[in-house]
Amino acid sequence: MSRPILEVENVSKCYRLGTIGATSFRETFIQWTERLRGNTPPRDEKEFWALRDVSFSVQPGEVVGIIGRNGAGKSTLLKILSRITEPTSGRARMRGRVASLLEVGTGFHPDLTGRENIFLNGAILGMTRAEVRQKFDEIVAFAEVDKFIDTPVKRYSSGMYVRLAFAVAAHLEPEILIVDEVLAVGDAQFQKKCLGKMQDVSARDGRAVLFVSHSMPAVSRLTHRCVLLNSGSVELDGPTQPALARYLELGQESLVSRASDVEHAPRIPGGNQAATFLRIGFAKPNPIFEFGESLIFAVTLRANRDVTDLRFSITIFGADSSPVGRSCTRAAFDVAAGEIREFQFRLNKAGLAPGRYSCVAALGSFYGLEHVVDFDIVPDVLHFEISPIAAEAEGICYWNEAWGRVSLPEMDQQADVDPVSQRR
Amino acid sequence: MTNSAPPDYEIVIERTRGLRVFAWREIWAYRDLLWLLVWRDFVTRYKQTVLGPLWFIVQPILTTIIFTVVFGKFAQIPTNDVPPVLFYLCGLLAWGYFAQTFQSTSATLANNAGLFGKVYFPRLIVPLSAMISNLLSFVIQLASFAVFYICFKLGPSASTFGVGLDALLLPFALLHVAALSLGVGLWLAALTAKFRDFTVLAGFLIQLWMYATPVIYPLTQVPERWRLLVSLNPMTMPVECFRHALLGAGTTSVPLLALSLTLTALVLASGVLVFQKVERNFVDVI
Repeated sequence: MSRPILEVENVSKCYRLGTIGATSFRETFIQWTERLRGNTPPRDEKEFWALRDVSFSVQPGEVVGIIGRNGAGKSTLLKILSRITEPTSGRARMRGRVASLLEVGTGFHPDLTGRENIFLNGAILGMTRAEVRQKFDEIVAFAEVDKFIDTPVKRYSSGMYVRLAFAVAAHLEPEILIVDEVLAVGDAQFQKKCLGKMQDVSARDGRAVLFVSHSMPAVSRLTHRCVLLNSGSVELDGPTQPALARYLELGQESLVSRASDVEHAPRIPGGNQAATFLRIGFAKPNPIFEFGESLIFAVTLRANRDVTDLRFSITIFGADSSPVGRSCTRAAFDVAAGEIREFQFRLNKAGLAPGRYSCVAALGSFYGLEHVVDFDIVPDVLHFEISPIAAEAEGICYWNEAWGRVSLPEMDQQADVDPVSQRR
Repeated sequence: MTNSAPPDYEIVIERTRGLRVFAWREIWAYRDLLWLLVWRDFVTRYKQTVLGPLWFIVQPILTTIIFTVVFGKFAQIPTNDVPPVLFYLCGLLAWGYFAQTFQSTSATLANNAGLFGKVYFPRLIVPLSAMISNLLSFVIQLASFAVFYICFKLGPSASTFGVGLDALLLPFALLHVAALSLGVGLWLAALTAKFRDFTVLAGFLIQLWMYATPVIYPLTQVPERWRLLVSLNPMTMPVECFRHALLGAGTTSVPLLALSLTLTALVLASGVLVFQKVERNFVDVI
């Protein structure tokens, strides 16, 4: 085995929660005076270990995926490796230049032209002017912006902007390339081109790539090895497939641990509390659904007075909190005052794409336009996940977030196409 | 391989303990970035403005006219027989550069938070580039000063002032101003990163500081017993040096100049150290 190109040894990072953000001169002054008087100031601030004793190493030519749930410490690790912030303890050694594509296009100046920005951005990323000049034509060709190269980038479309920015970074030729979710932007074709470029970089030149993504298909296509982070430490470091499996398991654990008891949960105001939710959950213990599987909700409610025409409704939200759609029970129920009832409702063919979702659940009476009455509305419940389906069904397995949250049904060929017009 | 990095190039990332000395080697490696930032500042500052670089001249001239009217005509502050316009223009030449560089360097961390949170490069590059790009506007202002100088030389008060060989000392006085503004700016930048109170203070400070500096009055107008105190202000001597070099009308003395240089060196060195200390974990605080 050759010498690793990147060695991370027991890296930890601690944030002091109390002191982040608005510190004022007065607070510090008070601390100073307290210390001078010999009083140790009360350490009311909480410590938060974003990373704890993380160690791994990367060989030249390897593409390693860094995966983990939100808050697992991925971004902090990347920030440390790209030298934006220092670790609290531990060290990382890198034998070669590091370039991170944490967010493309940082340092672009809107008033400067594409050409000028290539030079400026290249320099910010650590290239010399001579290097940029040498790669200039390649960068322009890769970004497909040759016609607009002397136009200020503020007149670029967002796609052109991203392409140009990625092109500069991709031609940096670092020994270690760190790629965060940059591929979430740009169209599918350009994404493919970027992924190809990354593979080239590692295979041909013996450079290393650290690839951070939530897109499991992309991770499994590009990497053979993954480091799985879980609440700041390395949960698993090994071949991609077992790591992905463990990653999904971790997700299930966190979903199950969410309480479904909502009697005292916060409400969205507006409900008249004629009936209230006691429990909201799914019929099965872990809320991970195959693509196309029916969602079965289990709801316990109590009527605080006699209600007629009661319906249950949910609004589904995507991981980015954008609404996806709403559904309501077909039948209405009558519940007598004081009665506690349990229901199960089934939602078929929601067509939800692989990803994570949450819901706002509501009880109300919804007949007719004039008779909309809300009884109880509970936000942020029914967290669930639609799992990416097996690799054979390529179409849905490779779901791109830019395609939306709903997987529309497949299209059939229209039978009665005029054969003449078809030939034209 | 086109890479400039030697094969054994190794970066070790760990917590820096104590203070780090000036990382000149790294700054040198990023010198192209320094020049590009200077060029960017200069090109973009007056983009989409009608007057463009003329603004560099308009501002000091308007200020000079107001000073001439308010302090020269109304308050009748003497200017050592030098035509007031030249007197103020010369003082503002030095002060304008100081104030501008101070303001742009002190805002370094706050203005570049987004960039600093994404990419690593030696942070000192940004204040250094501000210092250099302001030099360009200084040169333009110096040219406009030369025009006024010639006009007044043709007028009746020609004998009251004159540029001599000492004008060759101007670059040193300028360097002095540059070092001081960078030092103070770095201090303010480091402090504003931690305490937002200092953003307010920075604007206020620069206003008060001008009145504590012989910009609108000559040092000779300061009573003898106060003169040492005024000279403790490290900007006093450079402004007088400017007048001495360009108009032959400044009050300079070697001990006072040495004092001013020492203070400047202290401010600059401590400013660099403090800035580098704050810069390391600046992203976590902002």
